[in-house]
Amino acid sequence: MAQHALPLTELASVIRSKNAGPLCVTLDLFFRDQKAYERAAQSDALKLSAIAALYGLLSSQIKRFDLPEILAIKLSMPRTVCAGHPGDGDLYGAQQHAPLLTLRV
Amino acid sequence: MTNTHKPTAVSRLLTSHVPGMERLRVLSASGQLGFGIVQESLARGLQRKPHFIGCDMGSIDPGPFYLGSGQMAAPKDMVLRDLELVLLAARQLDVPLIIGSAGTAGAKPQLEATLALLQEVAQKHGLSFSVATVSSDVPRQILIQAVQDGRLKSLDPEGVALPLPVPHPSQIECATHIVAQCGTHTFMQALAQQPDVLIAGRSCDTAIFAALPQMLGYDPALSLHMAKIIECTSLCCTPGGRDAILAELGLSDFILESMNPNSHATPASVAAHALYEQADPWVVEEPEGTLHLHHAKYTAIDAHRTQVSGAQFVPRLAPTLKVEGAVHTGSRAVLLAGVADPRMIEMLPDALQVVLERVQKLVPGPWSMVPHVYGQGAVRSLPPAHRSLHEIGLVIEFLAPTANLAKTAASVFKQNLLHFGFPGRLSTGGNLAFAFTPSEIEANECYQFMLYHQLVGVSPQEVFGIEMHAWNFEEAMA
Repeated sequence: MAQHALPLTELASVIRSKNAGPLCVTLDLFFRDQKAYERAAQSDALKLSAIAALYGLLSSQIKRFDLPEILAIKLSMPRTVCAGHPGDGDLYGAQQHAPLLTLRV
Repeated sequence: MTNTHKPTAVSRLLTSHVPGMERLRVLSASGQLGFGIVQESLARGLQRKPHFIGCDMGSIDPGPFYLGSGQMAAPKDMVLRDLELVLLAARQLDVPLIIGSAGTAGAKPQLEATLALLQEVAQKHGLSFSVATVSSDVPRQILIQAVQDGRLKSLDPEGVALPLPVPHPSQIECATHIVAQCGTHTFMQALAQQPDVLIAGRSCDTAIFAALPQMLGYDPALSLHMAKIIECTSLCCTPGGRDAILAELGLSDFILESMNPNSHATPASVAAHALYEQADPWVVEEPEGTLHLHHAKYTAIDAHRTQVSGAQFVPRLAPTLKVEGAVHTGSRAVLLAGVADPRMIEMLPDALQVVLERVQKLVPGPWSMVPHVYGQGAVRSLPPAHRSLHEIGLVIEFLAPTANLAKTAASVFKQNLLHFGFPGRLSTGGNLAFAFTPSEIEANECYQFMLYHQLVGVSPQEVFGIEMHAWNFEEAMA
Protein backbone atom coordinates (compact mmCIF):
# COMPACT_ATOMS: atom_id res chain seq x y z
CA MET A 1 0.00 0.00 0.00
CA ALA A 2 1.54 3.28 1.12
CA GLN A 3 5.15 3.70 0.04
CA HIS A 4 6.02 6.26 2.69
CA ALA A 5 3.58 8.02 4.96
CA LEU A 6 2.55 11.62 4.26
CA PRO A 7 1.30 14.12 6.84
CA LEU A 8 -2.50 14.20 6.92
CA THR A 9 -2.29 17.99 7.00
CA GLU A 10 -0.76 17.95 3.49
CA LEU A 11 -3.57 15.82 2.07
CA ALA A 12 -6.52 17.51 3.73
CA SER A 13 -7.99 20.93 3.07
CA VAL A 14 -10.19 20.85 6.18
CA ILE A 15 -9.70 19.00 9.45
CA ARG A 16 -12.32 20.12 11.93
CA SER A 17 -14.28 19.06 14.98
CA LYS A 18 -17.59 20.22 16.40
CA ASN A 19 -20.24 19.06 18.83
CA ALA A 20 -23.21 17.23 17.39
CA GLY A 21 -25.38 17.90 20.42
CA PRO A 22 -23.91 18.03 23.94
CA LEU A 23 -23.05 14.32 24.02
CA CYS A 24 -21.26 13.76 20.68
CA VAL A 25 -18.30 15.21 18.90
CA THR A 26 -17.85 14.80 15.17
CA LEU A 27 -14.65 15.14 13.15
CA ASP A 28 -14.74 16.05 9.47
CA LEU A 29 -11.83 15.58 7.08
CA PHE A 30 -12.03 16.99 3.56
CA PHE A 31 -9.30 16.03 1.09
CA ARG A 32 -7.64 18.02 -1.65
CA ASP A 33 -8.18 15.50 -4.44
CA GLN A 34 -9.23 11.96 -5.27
CA LYS A 35 -5.75 10.56 -4.72
CA ALA A 36 -5.42 12.15 -1.31
CA TYR A 37 -8.88 10.91 -0.32
CA GLU A 38 -8.15 7.36 -1.41
CA ARG A 39 -4.83 7.29 0.32
CA ALA A 40 -6.39 8.47 3.58
CA ALA A 41 -9.47 6.27 3.27
CA GLN A 42 -7.31 3.18 2.91
CA SER A 43 -4.71 4.08 5.50
CA ASP A 44 -4.26 2.26 8.78
CA ALA A 45 -4.02 5.56 10.64
CA LEU A 46 -7.72 6.30 10.08
CA LYS A 47 -8.98 2.82 10.90
CA LEU A 48 -11.47 2.69 13.74
CA SER A 49 -8.96 0.91 15.97
CA ALA A 50 -6.31 3.59 15.37
CA ILE A 51 -8.75 6.46 15.95
CA ALA A 52 -10.04 4.70 19.07
CA ALA A 53 -6.49 4.46 20.44
CA LEU A 54 -5.82 8.11 19.55
CA TYR A 55 -8.93 9.29 21.42
CA GLY A 56 -8.84 6.78 24.25
CA LEU A 57 -12.10 5.11 23.20
CA LEU A 58 -13.24 1.69 22.04
CA SER A 59 -13.61 1.03 18.33
CA SER A 60 -17.29 0.34 18.93
CA GLN A 61 -17.74 3.90 20.25
CA ILE A 62 -16.70 5.44 16.94
CA LYS A 63 -18.63 5.62 13.71
CA ARG A 64 -16.85 6.38 10.47
CA PHE A 65 -18.56 7.61 7.32
CA ASP A 66 -16.74 7.60 3.99
CA LEU A 67 -18.08 10.10 1.47
CA PRO A 68 -16.10 9.60 -1.75
CA GLU A 69 -18.43 11.91 -3.75
CA ILE A 70 -17.23 14.87 -1.72
CA LEU A 71 -13.79 13.46 -0.80
CA ALA A 72 -14.60 13.46 2.90
CA ILE A 73 -14.36 11.20 5.91
CA LYS A 74 -16.45 11.77 9.02
CA LEU A 75 -15.76 10.30 12.45
CA SER A 76 -18.39 10.61 15.20
CA MET A 77 -17.70 9.70 18.81
CA PRO A 78 -18.86 10.41 22.36
CA ARG A 79 -17.59 13.48 24.19
CA THR A 80 -15.44 12.77 27.24
CA VAL A 81 -17.90 14.73 29.40
CA CYS A 82 -21.28 16.25 28.60
CA ALA A 83 -20.90 19.80 27.24
CA GLY A 84 -20.65 22.21 30.16
CA HIS A 85 -20.29 19.59 32.91
CA PRO A 86 -17.45 20.30 35.37
CA GLY A 87 -14.16 19.29 33.78
CA ASP A 88 -15.25 20.04 30.21
CA GLY A 89 -12.46 21.93 28.50
CA ASP A 90 -14.04 22.45 25.08
CA LEU A 91 -17.71 23.31 25.26
CA TYR A 92 -18.25 23.54 21.49
CA GLY A 93 -15.95 20.60 20.79
CA ALA A 94 -14.22 22.74 18.18
CA GLN A 95 -10.63 21.85 19.16
CA GLN A 96 -10.92 18.08 19.39
CA HIS A 97 -9.39 17.59 15.96
CA ALA A 98 -5.91 18.35 17.31
CA PRO A 99 -4.75 14.70 17.62
CA LEU A 100 -5.46 14.22 13.88
CA LEU A 101 -3.03 16.98 12.93
CA THR A 102 0.07 14.91 13.58
CA LEU A 103 -1.15 11.75 11.81
CA ARG A 104 0.68 10.40 8.77
CA VAL A 105 -1.10 8.29 6.21
CA MET B 1 -57.14 46.83 17.27
CA THR B 2 -57.70 43.33 16.03
CA ASN B 3 -59.25 43.00 12.65
CA THR B 4 -59.39 39.34 11.77
CA HIS B 5 -60.58 40.09 8.24
CA LYS B 6 -57.64 42.27 7.40
CA PRO B 7 -55.15 40.34 5.27
CA THR B 8 -51.83 39.58 6.95
CA ALA B 9 -48.41 38.77 5.57
CA VAL B 10 -49.06 35.05 6.00
CA SER B 11 -52.61 35.07 4.62
CA ARG B 12 -51.47 37.07 1.61
CA LEU B 13 -48.66 34.63 0.85
CA LEU B 14 -50.89 31.59 1.29
CA THR B 15 -53.54 32.95 -1.07
CA SER B 16 -51.29 34.53 -3.69
CA HIS B 17 -48.38 32.16 -4.20
CA VAL B 18 -48.87 29.27 -6.60
CA PRO B 19 -46.11 26.65 -6.67
CA GLY B 20 -45.07 25.96 -10.23
CA MET B 21 -45.94 29.49 -11.38
CA GLU B 22 -42.86 30.96 -9.80
CA ARG B 23 -40.24 29.80 -7.34
CA LEU B 24 -40.68 30.54 -3.66
CA ARG B 25 -37.93 32.92 -2.57
CA VAL B 26 -36.87 32.25 1.01
CA LEU B 27 -34.44 34.62 2.67
CA SER B 28 -32.46 33.37 5.66
CA ALA B 29 -31.34 36.60 7.27
CA SER B 30 -29.50 35.26 10.29
CA GLY B 31 -28.36 32.00 11.78
CA GLN B 32 -27.57 33.67 15.10
CA LEU B 33 -29.84 36.65 15.48
CA GLY B 34 -28.32 39.12 17.91
CA PHE B 35 -24.69 38.74 16.89
CA GLY B 36 -24.83 41.28 14.08
CA ILE B 37 -26.57 40.74 10.75
CA VAL B 38 -24.37 41.78 7.82
CA GLN B 39 -26.42 44.71 6.59
CA GLU B 40 -25.17 44.89 2.98
CA SER B 41 -25.99 41.22 2.35
CA LEU B 42 -29.41 41.56 3.96
CA ALA B 43 -30.10 44.57 1.73
CA ARG B 44 -29.17 42.55 -1.38
CA GLY B 45 -31.52 39.82 -0.22
CA LEU B 46 -34.37 42.27 0.23
CA GLN B 47 -33.89 43.59 -3.31
CA ARG B 48 -34.77 40.09 -4.48
CA LYS B 49 -38.24 40.47 -2.95
CA PRO B 50 -38.29 37.35 -0.78
CA HIS B 51 -41.66 35.72 -0.09
CA PHE B 52 -40.69 35.40 3.56
CA ILE B 53 -37.77 36.04 5.90
CA GLY B 54 -36.55 33.60 8.52
CA CYS B 55 -33.99 33.84 11.32
CA ASP B 56 -32.60 31.30 13.69
CA MET B 57 -31.72 32.69 17.07
CA GLY B 58 -30.65 29.76 19.17
CA SER B 59 -28.79 26.56 19.70
CA ILE B 60 -27.86 24.14 22.45
CA ASP B 61 -24.19 24.72 21.54
CA PRO B 62 -23.43 27.55 23.97
CA GLY B 63 -23.99 25.14 26.84
CA PRO B 64 -26.33 24.69 29.79
CA PHE B 65 -25.97 28.21 31.23
CA TYR B 66 -28.44 29.84 28.85
CA LEU B 67 -31.13 27.19 29.12
CA GLY B 68 -30.61 27.00 32.87
CA SER B 69 -30.59 30.73 33.59
CA GLY B 70 -33.05 31.86 30.94
CA GLN B 71 -30.60 34.57 29.86
CA MET B 72 -29.77 35.36 26.25
CA ALA B 73 -26.30 34.64 24.90
CA ALA B 74 -26.44 37.60 22.51
CA PRO B 75 -26.03 41.13 23.90
CA LYS B 76 -29.39 42.89 24.24
CA ASP B 77 -28.35 45.92 22.18
CA MET B 78 -27.34 43.69 19.26
CA VAL B 79 -30.54 41.67 19.49
CA LEU B 80 -32.45 44.94 19.30
CA ARG B 81 -30.40 46.05 16.30
CA ASP B 82 -30.91 42.79 14.43
CA LEU B 83 -34.61 42.61 15.28
CA GLU B 84 -35.04 46.14 13.99
CA LEU B 85 -33.35 45.25 10.69
CA VAL B 86 -35.48 42.19 10.00
CA LEU B 87 -38.76 43.53 11.34
CA LEU B 88 -38.58 46.75 9.33
CA ALA B 89 -37.65 44.75 6.24
CA ALA B 90 -40.51 42.28 6.66
CA ARG B 91 -43.07 44.99 7.35
CA GLN B 92 -41.91 47.12 4.40
CA LEU B 93 -42.19 44.17 2.04
CA ASP B 94 -45.27 42.95 3.94
CA VAL B 95 -43.94 39.41 4.07
CA PRO B 96 -43.89 36.96 6.98
CA LEU B 97 -41.02 37.09 9.45
CA ILE B 98 -40.28 33.85 11.29
CA ILE B 99 -37.88 33.62 14.22
CA GLY B 100 -37.01 30.33 15.91
CA SER B 101 -35.30 29.42 19.19
CA ALA B 102 -35.89 32.88 20.63
CA GLY B 103 -33.27 34.19 23.03
CA THR B 104 -30.74 31.34 22.59
CA ALA B 105 -32.32 28.39 24.39
CA GLY B 106 -35.94 29.23 23.62
CA ALA B 107 -37.23 28.91 27.19
CA LYS B 108 -40.11 31.05 28.49
CA PRO B 109 -38.05 33.99 29.84
CA GLN B 110 -36.09 34.12 26.58
CA LEU B 111 -39.19 34.04 24.40
CA GLU B 112 -40.71 36.80 26.54
CA ALA B 113 -37.54 38.89 26.41
CA THR B 114 -37.32 38.56 22.62
CA LEU B 115 -40.98 39.46 22.25
CA ALA B 116 -40.48 42.52 24.49
CA LEU B 117 -37.56 43.69 22.33
CA LEU B 118 -39.61 43.17 19.18
CA GLN B 119 -42.38 45.22 20.73
CA GLU B 120 -39.87 47.96 21.54
CA VAL B 121 -38.93 48.11 17.85
CA ALA B 122 -42.58 48.11 16.78
CA GLN B 123 -43.35 50.93 19.20
CA LYS B 124 -40.36 52.98 18.11
CA HIS B 125 -41.45 52.79 14.46
CA GLY B 126 -45.21 52.98 15.05
CA LEU B 127 -45.94 49.62 13.45
CA SER B 128 -49.12 47.62 13.65
CA PHE B 129 -49.16 43.90 13.00
CA SER B 130 -49.96 40.56 14.54
CA VAL B 131 -47.52 38.18 16.18
CA ALA B 132 -47.95 34.49 16.85
CA THR B 133 -45.82 33.02 19.63
CA VAL B 134 -45.09 29.38 20.28
CA SER B 135 -43.87 28.42 23.73
CA SER B 136 -41.69 25.32 23.96
CA ASP B 137 -41.54 24.72 27.70
CA VAL B 138 -42.50 21.18 28.59
CA PRO B 139 -44.86 20.78 31.56
CA ARG B 140 -43.08 18.76 34.28
CA GLN B 141 -46.00 16.41 34.72
CA ILE B 142 -45.76 15.27 31.10
CA LEU B 143 -42.10 14.35 31.58
CA ILE B 144 -42.59 12.68 34.93
CA GLN B 145 -45.36 10.57 33.45
CA ALA B 146 -43.12 9.77 30.47
CA VAL B 147 -40.29 8.65 32.78
CA GLN B 148 -42.70 6.41 34.67
CA ASP B 149 -44.01 4.93 31.40
CA GLY B 150 -40.54 4.53 29.88
CA ARG B 151 -41.33 7.06 27.13
CA LEU B 152 -38.31 9.26 27.80
CA LYS B 153 -35.41 7.66 26.00
CA SER B 154 -31.75 8.15 25.34
CA LEU B 155 -31.12 10.07 22.18
CA ASP B 156 -28.45 8.02 20.56
CA PRO B 157 -29.24 7.17 16.99
CA GLU B 158 -25.63 6.32 16.13
CA GLY B 159 -24.59 4.58 19.31
CA VAL B 160 -21.75 7.07 19.59
CA ALA B 161 -23.11 9.48 22.20
CA LEU B 162 -21.95 9.80 25.76
CA PRO B 163 -24.72 8.26 27.87
CA LEU B 164 -26.83 10.78 29.78
CA PRO B 165 -29.03 8.89 32.25
CA VAL B 166 -32.80 9.35 32.13
CA PRO B 167 -33.41 11.60 35.14
CA HIS B 168 -35.45 10.58 38.13
CA PRO B 169 -38.81 12.38 38.48
CA SER B 170 -37.44 14.31 41.48
CA GLN B 171 -34.59 15.63 39.30
CA ILE B 172 -37.11 16.72 36.68
CA GLU B 173 -38.89 18.75 39.37
CA CYS B 174 -35.55 20.47 40.13
CA ALA B 175 -34.75 21.55 36.55
CA THR B 176 -34.84 25.30 36.02
CA HIS B 177 -36.04 25.07 32.41
CA ILE B 178 -37.08 22.21 30.19
CA VAL B 179 -37.87 22.79 26.52
CA ALA B 180 -38.72 20.64 23.55
CA GLN B 181 -37.67 21.37 19.98
CA CYS B 182 -40.77 22.51 18.18
CA GLY B 183 -41.19 20.98 14.75
CA THR B 184 -42.55 22.00 11.38
CA HIS B 185 -46.10 20.82 12.05
CA THR B 186 -46.46 23.02 15.12
CA PHE B 187 -45.07 25.97 13.16
CA MET B 188 -47.71 25.25 10.51
CA GLN B 189 -50.43 25.34 13.16
CA ALA B 190 -49.17 28.68 14.43
CA LEU B 191 -48.94 30.06 10.90
CA ALA B 192 -52.48 28.86 10.22
CA GLN B 193 -53.52 31.63 12.66
CA GLN B 194 -52.28 33.95 9.91
CA PRO B 195 -49.93 36.27 11.79
CA ASP B 196 -47.49 38.72 10.25
CA VAL B 197 -44.66 37.58 12.50
CA LEU B 198 -44.02 34.24 14.21
CA ILE B 199 -41.64 33.93 17.15
CA ALA B 200 -41.11 30.52 18.65
CA GLY B 201 -39.28 29.25 21.68
CA ARG B 202 -36.95 26.30 21.21
CA SER B 203 -37.41 25.13 17.64
CA CYS B 204 -36.00 22.73 15.14
CA ASP B 205 -33.90 24.94 12.86
CA THR B 206 -35.73 23.39 9.95
CA ALA B 207 -39.21 24.40 11.12
CA ILE B 208 -38.39 28.09 10.62
CA PHE B 209 -37.93 27.61 6.89
CA ALA B 210 -39.91 24.45 6.06
CA ALA B 211 -43.32 25.29 7.55
CA LEU B 212 -44.56 27.90 5.05
CA PRO B 213 -43.34 25.93 2.00
CA GLN B 214 -45.18 22.84 3.23
CA MET B 215 -48.36 24.86 3.80
CA LEU B 216 -48.05 26.01 0.20
CA GLY B 217 -47.79 22.42 -0.95
CA TYR B 218 -44.07 22.10 -1.60
CA ASP B 219 -42.41 18.71 -1.16
CA PRO B 220 -41.61 18.10 2.54
CA ALA B 221 -38.23 16.49 1.74
CA LEU B 222 -37.12 19.40 -0.45
CA SER B 223 -38.35 22.05 1.94
CA LEU B 224 -36.70 20.37 4.94
CA HIS B 225 -33.41 19.89 3.10
CA MET B 226 -33.48 23.53 2.02
CA ALA B 227 -34.27 24.58 5.59
CA LYS B 228 -31.48 22.46 7.04
CA ILE B 229 -28.95 24.18 4.80
CA ILE B 230 -30.08 27.79 4.95
CA GLU B 231 -30.62 27.95 8.72
CA CYS B 232 -26.85 28.63 8.98
CA THR B 233 -27.10 31.36 6.27
CA SER B 234 -23.96 31.39 4.09
CA LEU B 235 -22.01 28.86 6.14
CA CYS B 236 -22.63 26.35 3.33
CA CYS B 237 -20.67 28.54 0.91
CA THR B 238 -16.99 28.96 0.14
CA PRO B 239 -15.68 30.94 1.87
CA GLY B 240 -18.38 30.37 4.48
CA GLY B 241 -19.84 33.36 6.23
CA ARG B 242 -22.69 34.84 8.20
CA ASP B 243 -24.27 36.67 5.27
CA ALA B 244 -27.92 36.24 4.34
CA ILE B 245 -28.66 33.48 1.85
CA LEU B 246 -31.52 33.17 -0.62
CA ALA B 247 -33.11 29.86 -1.51
CA GLU B 248 -35.40 29.64 -4.52
CA LEU B 249 -37.64 26.64 -4.03
CA GLY B 250 -39.27 24.93 -6.98
CA LEU B 251 -41.30 21.77 -7.45
CA SER B 252 -38.34 19.43 -7.77
CA ASP B 253 -35.28 21.34 -6.58
CA PHE B 254 -34.06 24.46 -4.85
CA ILE B 255 -31.33 26.92 -5.75
CA LEU B 256 -28.97 28.41 -3.17
CA GLU B 257 -27.40 31.81 -3.57
CA SER B 258 -25.43 33.73 -0.98
CA MET B 259 -26.27 37.41 -0.76
CA ASN B 260 -22.55 38.06 -0.38
CA PRO B 261 -21.24 38.11 -3.97
CA ASN B 262 -17.86 36.81 -2.78
CA SER B 263 -19.28 33.81 -0.94
CA HIS B 264 -20.13 31.03 -3.37
CA ALA B 265 -22.52 28.11 -2.99
CA THR B 266 -20.69 25.35 -4.87
CA PRO B 267 -21.79 21.70 -5.11
CA ALA B 268 -18.82 20.73 -2.92
CA SER B 269 -19.37 23.42 -0.31
CA VAL B 270 -23.10 22.71 -0.03
CA ALA B 271 -22.64 18.93 0.12
CA ALA B 272 -19.92 19.38 2.73
CA HIS B 273 -22.28 21.43 4.87
CA ALA B 274 -24.42 18.31 5.38
CA LEU B 275 -21.62 17.05 7.64
CA TYR B 276 -21.60 20.11 9.87
CA GLU B 277 -22.64 19.44 13.47
CA GLN B 278 -24.31 16.20 12.36
CA ALA B 279 -23.23 12.87 13.83
CA ASP B 280 -24.63 11.19 10.71
CA PRO B 281 -24.18 13.02 7.39
CA TRP B 282 -27.05 11.26 5.64
CA VAL B 283 -29.84 11.20 8.17
CA VAL B 284 -31.61 14.12 9.86
CA GLU B 285 -34.18 13.23 12.50
CA GLU B 286 -37.19 15.53 12.66
CA PRO B 287 -40.18 15.31 15.02
CA GLU B 288 -42.38 14.26 12.10
CA GLY B 289 -40.02 11.84 10.41
CA THR B 290 -36.56 11.23 9.00
CA LEU B 291 -34.87 13.17 6.23
CA HIS B 292 -32.53 11.00 4.13
CA LEU B 293 -29.80 12.68 2.12
CA HIS B 294 -28.21 9.60 0.51
CA HIS B 295 -29.54 10.54 -2.92
CA ALA B 296 -29.18 14.30 -2.64
CA LYS B 297 -27.80 15.85 -5.82
CA TYR B 298 -25.83 19.07 -5.97
CA THR B 299 -25.36 20.75 -9.35
CA ALA B 300 -23.65 24.03 -10.17
CA ILE B 301 -25.88 26.61 -11.90
CA ASP B 302 -22.90 28.93 -12.23
CA ALA B 303 -19.86 29.77 -10.13
CA HIS B 304 -22.05 31.37 -7.44
CA ARG B 305 -25.18 29.20 -7.23
CA THR B 306 -25.95 25.55 -6.65
CA GLN B 307 -29.10 23.57 -7.36
CA VAL B 308 -30.09 20.85 -4.90
CA SER B 309 -32.51 17.94 -5.31
CA GLY B 310 -33.00 14.32 -4.34
CA ALA B 311 -33.62 14.33 -0.57
CA GLN B 312 -36.21 11.87 0.71
CA PHE B 313 -38.50 12.11 3.70
CA VAL B 314 -39.96 9.19 5.58
CA PRO B 315 -42.75 10.35 7.91
CA ARG B 316 -43.14 8.81 11.36
CA LEU B 317 -46.47 7.45 12.50
CA ALA B 318 -46.30 9.39 15.74
CA PRO B 319 -44.10 12.44 16.30
CA THR B 320 -41.11 12.29 18.66
CA LEU B 321 -39.77 15.32 20.48
CA LYS B 322 -36.22 16.17 21.48
CA VAL B 323 -36.23 17.59 25.01
CA GLU B 324 -33.50 19.66 26.63
CA GLY B 325 -33.29 20.48 30.31
CA ALA B 326 -30.82 22.18 32.62
CA VAL B 327 -30.51 22.20 36.37
CA HIS B 328 -28.93 24.76 38.69
CA THR B 329 -25.87 23.31 40.41
CA GLY B 330 -24.55 26.34 42.32
CA SER B 331 -22.21 29.24 41.70
CA ARG B 332 -18.83 29.50 40.08
CA ALA B 333 -15.74 31.58 40.81
CA VAL B 334 -12.58 31.34 38.72
CA LEU B 335 -8.97 32.02 39.52
CA LEU B 336 -6.75 33.15 36.64
CA ALA B 337 -2.96 32.95 36.88
CA GLY B 338 0.17 31.99 34.97
CA VAL B 339 3.24 30.01 35.95
CA ALA B 340 6.65 30.35 34.27
CA ASP B 341 8.88 28.40 36.65
CA PRO B 342 9.57 24.87 35.34
CA ARG B 343 9.95 23.52 38.85
CA MET B 344 6.56 24.84 39.90
CA ILE B 345 5.03 23.57 36.67
CA GLU B 346 6.42 20.14 37.41
CA MET B 347 5.11 20.31 40.98
CA LEU B 348 1.69 21.60 39.99
CA PRO B 349 -0.42 18.41 40.24
CA ASP B 350 0.91 17.82 43.75
CA ALA B 351 0.68 21.49 44.66
CA LEU B 352 -2.99 21.65 43.66
CA GLN B 353 -3.77 18.58 45.73
CA VAL B 354 -1.92 19.74 48.86
CA VAL B 355 -3.33 23.24 48.64
CA LEU B 356 -6.82 21.81 48.14
CA GLU B 357 -6.52 19.82 51.35
CA ARG B 358 -5.25 22.85 53.24
CA VAL B 359 -7.95 25.14 51.98
CA GLN B 360 -10.66 22.59 52.70
CA LYS B 361 -9.66 22.89 56.35
CA LEU B 362 -9.57 26.67 56.21
CA VAL B 363 -12.83 27.08 54.26
CA PRO B 364 -15.19 24.32 55.30
CA GLY B 365 -18.19 23.61 53.13
CA PRO B 366 -19.37 21.73 50.05
CA TRP B 367 -17.21 23.48 47.46
CA SER B 368 -15.12 21.80 44.79
CA MET B 369 -12.15 22.78 42.65
CA VAL B 370 -11.78 22.00 38.94
CA PRO B 371 -8.39 22.93 37.47
CA HIS B 372 -7.79 23.73 33.78
CA VAL B 373 -4.04 23.77 33.23
CA TYR B 374 -3.49 25.36 29.82
CA GLY B 375 -0.29 24.17 28.17
CA GLN B 376 -0.59 20.85 29.93
CA GLY B 377 -3.72 19.41 28.34
CA ALA B 378 -6.63 21.58 29.46
CA VAL B 379 -8.38 21.41 26.08
CA ARG B 380 -7.80 17.70 25.69
CA SER B 381 -5.29 15.37 27.32
CA LEU B 382 -1.78 15.81 25.94
CA PRO B 383 1.01 13.26 25.75
CA PRO B 384 3.76 14.19 28.27
CA ALA B 385 6.18 15.18 25.48
CA HIS B 386 3.74 17.88 24.31
CA ARG B 387 3.15 19.47 27.71
CA SER B 388 4.67 22.90 28.15
CA LEU B 389 7.31 23.25 30.82
CA HIS B 390 8.05 26.92 30.20
CA GLU B 391 4.77 28.69 30.70
CA ILE B 392 1.31 27.51 31.61
CA GLY B 393 -2.03 29.21 32.13
CA LEU B 394 -4.19 28.31 35.08
CA VAL B 395 -7.95 28.64 35.08
CA ILE B 396 -9.24 27.11 38.27
CA GLU B 397 -12.99 26.80 38.78
CA PHE B 398 -14.49 26.84 42.24
CA LEU B 399 -18.01 25.49 42.43
CA ALA B 400 -20.15 25.98 45.52
CA PRO B 401 -23.80 26.30 46.53
CA THR B 402 -23.36 30.06 47.01
CA ALA B 403 -21.36 32.69 45.15
CA ASN B 404 -19.85 33.82 48.43
CA LEU B 405 -18.46 30.40 49.28
CA ALA B 406 -17.08 29.91 45.76
CA LYS B 407 -15.32 33.29 45.88
CA THR B 408 -13.99 32.71 49.39
CA ALA B 409 -12.55 29.33 48.42
CA ALA B 410 -10.97 30.88 45.30
CA SER B 411 -9.35 33.72 47.27
CA VAL B 412 -7.92 31.53 49.99
CA PHE B 413 -6.79 28.96 47.41
CA LYS B 414 -5.01 31.66 45.42
CA GLN B 415 -3.02 32.88 48.39
CA ASN B 416 -2.06 29.37 49.45
CA LEU B 417 -0.97 28.37 45.96
CA LEU B 418 0.98 31.63 45.54
CA HIS B 419 3.09 30.86 48.58
CA PHE B 420 3.10 27.07 48.42
CA GLY B 421 6.51 25.79 49.49
CA PHE B 422 8.03 22.70 47.97
CA PRO B 423 11.44 20.99 48.05
CA GLY B 424 13.87 22.61 45.62
CA ARG B 425 11.78 25.78 45.31
CA LEU B 426 13.80 28.77 44.09
CA SER B 427 10.89 31.15 43.53
CA THR B 428 10.22 32.15 47.11
CA GLY B 429 8.73 35.46 45.97
CA GLY B 430 5.61 33.65 44.73
CA ASN B 431 4.54 30.78 42.46
CA LEU B 432 1.94 32.61 40.36
CA ALA B 433 1.84 35.50 37.90
CA PHE B 434 -1.33 37.59 37.81
CA ALA B 435 -2.25 39.77 34.82
CA PHE B 436 -4.59 41.77 37.05
CA THR B 437 -6.24 41.74 40.43
CA PRO B 438 -8.65 40.61 41.65
CA SER B 439 -7.49 37.47 39.89
CA GLU B 440 -10.36 35.52 41.42
CA ILE B 441 -13.62 36.41 39.74
CA GLU B 442 -17.25 35.57 40.35
CA ALA B 443 -18.29 33.72 37.22
CA ASN B 444 -22.07 33.45 37.21
CA GLU B 445 -24.39 30.76 38.33
CA CYS B 446 -23.67 27.22 37.31
CA TYR B 447 -25.93 24.84 35.41
CA GLN B 448 -25.70 21.39 33.89
CA PHE B 449 -27.66 19.63 31.21
CA MET B 450 -29.77 16.95 32.81
CA LEU B 451 -32.01 16.29 29.84
CA TYR B 452 -31.09 15.75 26.23
CA HIS B 453 -33.49 12.96 25.43
CA GLN B 454 -36.20 11.77 23.14
CA LEU B 455 -39.79 12.02 24.30
CA VAL B 456 -42.24 9.68 22.61
CA GLY B 457 -45.97 9.13 22.92
CA VAL B 458 -46.81 12.79 23.49
CA SER B 459 -48.89 15.00 21.27
CA PRO B 460 -47.09 18.22 20.34
CA GLN B 461 -50.33 20.11 21.15
CA GLU B 462 -49.89 19.14 24.80
CA VAL B 463 -46.42 20.69 24.88
CA PHE B 464 -46.37 23.74 22.63
CA GLY B 465 -48.55 26.74 23.36
CA ILE B 466 -49.62 28.98 20.47
CA GLU B 467 -50.78 32.53 21.24
CA MET B 468 -51.74 35.46 19.06
CA HIS B 469 -50.87 39.07 19.88
CA ALA B 470 -52.21 42.05 17.97
CA TRP B 471 -50.06 45.15 18.21
CA ASN B 472 -51.17 48.56 17.11
CA PHE B 473 -48.68 51.35 17.54
CA GLU B 474 -49.73 53.47 14.56
CA GLU B 475 -52.19 55.47 16.65
CA ALA B 476 -49.56 56.19 19.27
CA MET B 477 -47.39 57.72 16.55
CA ALA B 478 -50.19 59.74 14.94
